[in-house]
This record gives sequence, structure tokens and C-alpha cells, in this order.
Amino acid sequence: MIEVEDVHFFYSNQVEALKGVSLTIKNGEFLAIMGQNGAGKTTLIKHFNGLLKPSQGKVRIDGVDTRKTSIATLARNVGFVFQNPDHQLFCETVEEEISFALKNFGFEAEAIEKRTDWALNLLGLTQYRKTSPFLLSGGERKRVALASVLAWDPEALILDEPTIGQDYRQKEKLRQFIVQMQSQGKTVVIVTHDVEFVAECNPRVLLMKEGRIIADGEGKDILTDPEALANSSIVLPQVAQIFTYLSSLGFPKNIIDVYEAKAIILKALEEGRE
Amino acid sequence: MSVFDGLKFRRVSSPIHNLDPRIKFVYVIVIFIAAILFGEILPLIALFLLQIPFVLLARVQRQWLRSLRGATFLAMFIFIVNIATKFFTAGYILSATDIEFSAAMTLRFVVLVESFSVFFLTTSPDHLGLALEQTHVPYEFSFAFTTAVRFVPVLAEEAQTIMDAQKARGLELEKGNFLKRIRNYVPVLIPLIVSAIRRSLELAEAMESRAWGATKKRTNLYALKLHRGDLALLALTVCILVSSIYVRFYFVVPTLVQLF
Repeated sequence: MIEVEDVHFFYSNQVEALKGVSLTIKNGEFLAIMGQNGAGKTTLIKHFNGLLKPSQGKVRIDGVDTRKTSIATLARNVGFVFQNPDHQLFCETVEEEISFALKNFGFEAEAIEKRTDWALNLLGLTQYRKTSPFLLSGGERKRVALASVLAWDPEALILDEPTIGQDYRQKEKLRQFIVQMQSQGKTVVIVTHDVEFVAECNPRVLLMKEGRIIADGEGKDILTDPEALANSSIVLPQVAQIFTYLSSLGFPKNIIDVYEAKAIILKALEEGRE
Repeated sequence: MSVFDGLKFRRVSSPIHNLDPRIKFVYVIVIFIAAILFGEILPLIALFLLQIPFVLLARVQRQWLRSLRGATFLAMFIFIVNIATKFFTAGYILSATDIEFSAAMTLRFVVLVESFSVFFLTTSPDHLGLALEQTHVPYEFSFAFTTAVRFVPVLAEEAQTIMDAQKARGLELEKGNFLKRIRNYVPVLIPLIVSAIRRSLELAEAMESRAWGATKKRTNLYALKLHRGDLALLALTVCILVSSIYVRFYFVVPTLVQLF
């Protein structure tokens, strides 16, 4: 469980990036944090594994105050995948890259091998095992970065902009993968601008603006609230746009899921024919 | 990264910021020469104090102090090494003269740092490039130089992100003995170098697609012109240079120990 209590955060240049943020993320929850650039999203998630410590207020991970423990200890339970994979890849082979964290956390040689195999397989990277990560494409590098974090099987996973530079199939794989993590009871937090991706996943959504949380709730309520979205420079997902136009005909407004939309429209068409 | 903070330019307007960068640079070089000329503490104190009005006029006290703080470690190192050499070569005794000499050597370093700090704090990279160009340095070189200066803060920021990313993968930079600690930085340095190279290639392509180097003779929107303030600074600079050479060759500079 991640508990954030009235957190303020100042960068060294006196910029207040978080102005009193409070939230609780329960175990097994799937949360998407959205908002315009500079809203404090990345600053907030960096508090979840202790990379940043609050200037005021408290952040507790499973009851432990992040100020009273080390990043390495917190990272064991909270995996963090950075936006740009090039900020972390440095090994000669993909395999070494993935086992790097496992070595840091002091896993035994046998366990390292097993978990590396598992992570390579999970993200379809087995054929690149001995390839240099620098020779891979952007999307592949991103998957290596993800695999290198998943390898130690953290309880919670934080993904900063996971869909950037990924084609539709990879996005779909990522979504399925998140669903799979969910079914194992893992917490997943993503930061993204990709409103369609969020609409498809339908997680709990948190909107941020200028260091504050301005909306927090179910995806289908928040992503269909034009006012909240306009405040955070987000447009309605396409399905919701159609239903906004259709609302004058008596259709519900808060629909973001394609399958739900299809069912409603088909039903209306059937009724119309009779 | 505090040393870099002390060199980072911030766009403000002050009499010092508006001075011609060429004259400012000559001034810094003269201070440099003067600091090298003297090994005695009195003239070095004078040189140190001479910078302070500039700092105050330019209103960069805070950043300037930060750069001095960043230099403390090296300054301490210089002081200790000097003291130690004197101590051992003189047969395990330490005289007041030796301490004064070590302090003077340290102060010499501090004077160099503070004058360069004032220069970089008050001169925009654009101005610097313009100055280089108008002193007939080939544009390729002046461009490379200003780009390098401009990318220092970008790289510093990137280094921080990379450190965060590796810490999130359980890397503990502060762990282990001295050698281990140096090796801990490999996972930070490699991505930093790789991304710097990648960035430079991208920059080169972006520049070429905007016709960089299409004309041999470039013109500038702004031309540097000498104003009254610049001439005053130039006069001061010449005074400092002449008087320090004069004092050096025709006077014996007393040490504090001799005075008291």
C-alpha cells in the first residue's frame, strides 16, 4: 500500500512541484496518473520508491516512511521503469542488463539465471539474449528496460510513459501484461498522456495540475468529464466524443469502452428497427 | 553538481552583464596572470577582494558563493598537500611562514575559481560565441565551444536522471571501498556518454537539415561594440597588469610573518 499524506516538494531551485498531494493506492490497484507537462506527475511517482523524499508531509510504503529507509530497500518492492530506456541501459548484452538489478539485490546465481530467462521470455526478448541493447530498436530497448525491472518481481510497478514509441500491437501486449499483473494482485501505476490507452485499460484515474490533484476516480467518470479534462489539457477519448454527440438522443455520456459502446449502439439500433 | 551551478549563466541585466565579453575575458586572464605572478598572501588577498565589487554589482552573490563552496574540497586538498610537503621536507617542523605559504597557494586557486566564476556567471553563451566570432575564430570552433557550454546543464540534469534510474534498479553508489565506489559509477557514465553521442549526432543532422554552413561568410544580428564601461574596465585591466608586473620586478613583497 502506498500512502501519500499532504506532500509538498520543492526542487533545489525553489520551485514547488507538489503543493499538498494526498492519496492512497491500495495493493492490487491499477492507477493512471494524467495531466499536462509540468503538473508534477513524475515528481509524485518518484516519491513512491524514495528517489525523492517529501519536503513536507509523509509518504509511506507498506507502512514504512520513505525518509527512514534506503532507495535500494524500497526498490525491492516498488519497481520503477523510467520513460527513456537509454537512461539505464549500459551492459554489453541484454541478458546482463536484465540480471544487473538481480545482482544488486543479492539474488543467488541460480535464481538470477531463472528469473532472467523468465523475464526475457515474458517480453519476447529471448532471441536477443546475447545482443547488445544499443543495437535494438527504440521499442525493443523499452521492453528490455521493462524486463530488467520485472525480473525481480516487485510487488508494485511504476511505469513512466510506457506507451511512447510503441506500435499498436506492443501497446496491446502491454495492456494484456498489466491485466496479468493485476490478476496476480500486483499494484500498477502508470503516468501517461495516452488517453486512448487509458480508456482501453479503464483504471482508476488521477488528474494533476500545477502540483495538485484535481480529480480522482473511475476512468469512465473522469475521462468523460469535459471540464476536468480541459483543466489538464486532455481531450475526450474517441468513444466518449461520439457519446457526447449522441447524448442529445438520450444516450449515456460516460462510456469509454469500445465493447460497451458497441453493445449500447447495437441495442439502440435493434430497438429502432422494431 | 554545485561547481556547475556556480558557472551556470542566468539571464539578468546588470552593468557587469552588459560589459563586452572580450574585455571581460581579457580581465579574467590578467587576474589569472597576476595570481600566478605572486606567491605571497598580501597581493593575493588584494586580488581576491578586487573581485567582490564585481560580484555585488552583478548581483550574483548567491551563485558565486555556491561555486566557491564547490571549490572548497580542492582548496582544502591544495592546502593540506602544501602543508604536508613543507612539513616533511623541513624535517618534521612547521613554521608560520610555511602555513602562510600554503594559505597563499590555496588563495591563488580560490582567486582563479572566483574570477572564472564571475566571468561565466555574467556572460551568456551567445555573447561568448559572438565574441569568439568577432575575434576571427573560425565559426566551426566558436559554435562547437558555445554548444559545449550550453549543454553542460543539460548533461548535468541527464546525469541525475540516470543516477535515479540505476538507483531504482538497486544500485547503491555510496557502497563499498574506494575502488568499488568508482566502479559503481560505470552504470551511470556509460548511458551518459552514449546519450551524449546520440544527442550530438541528432544535433548534427538537425543542423544540416537547416543548412548549417551553407554560406562561408556569416553575418550577425548583433555586433559587439565597445562602450564607456568597457573602456573603463580595459583601463583597469591594463592598470592591474602593469602594476603587478612593476611590483613583482621592482619590489620585494613582504610576507605577513615579516610584517608582524
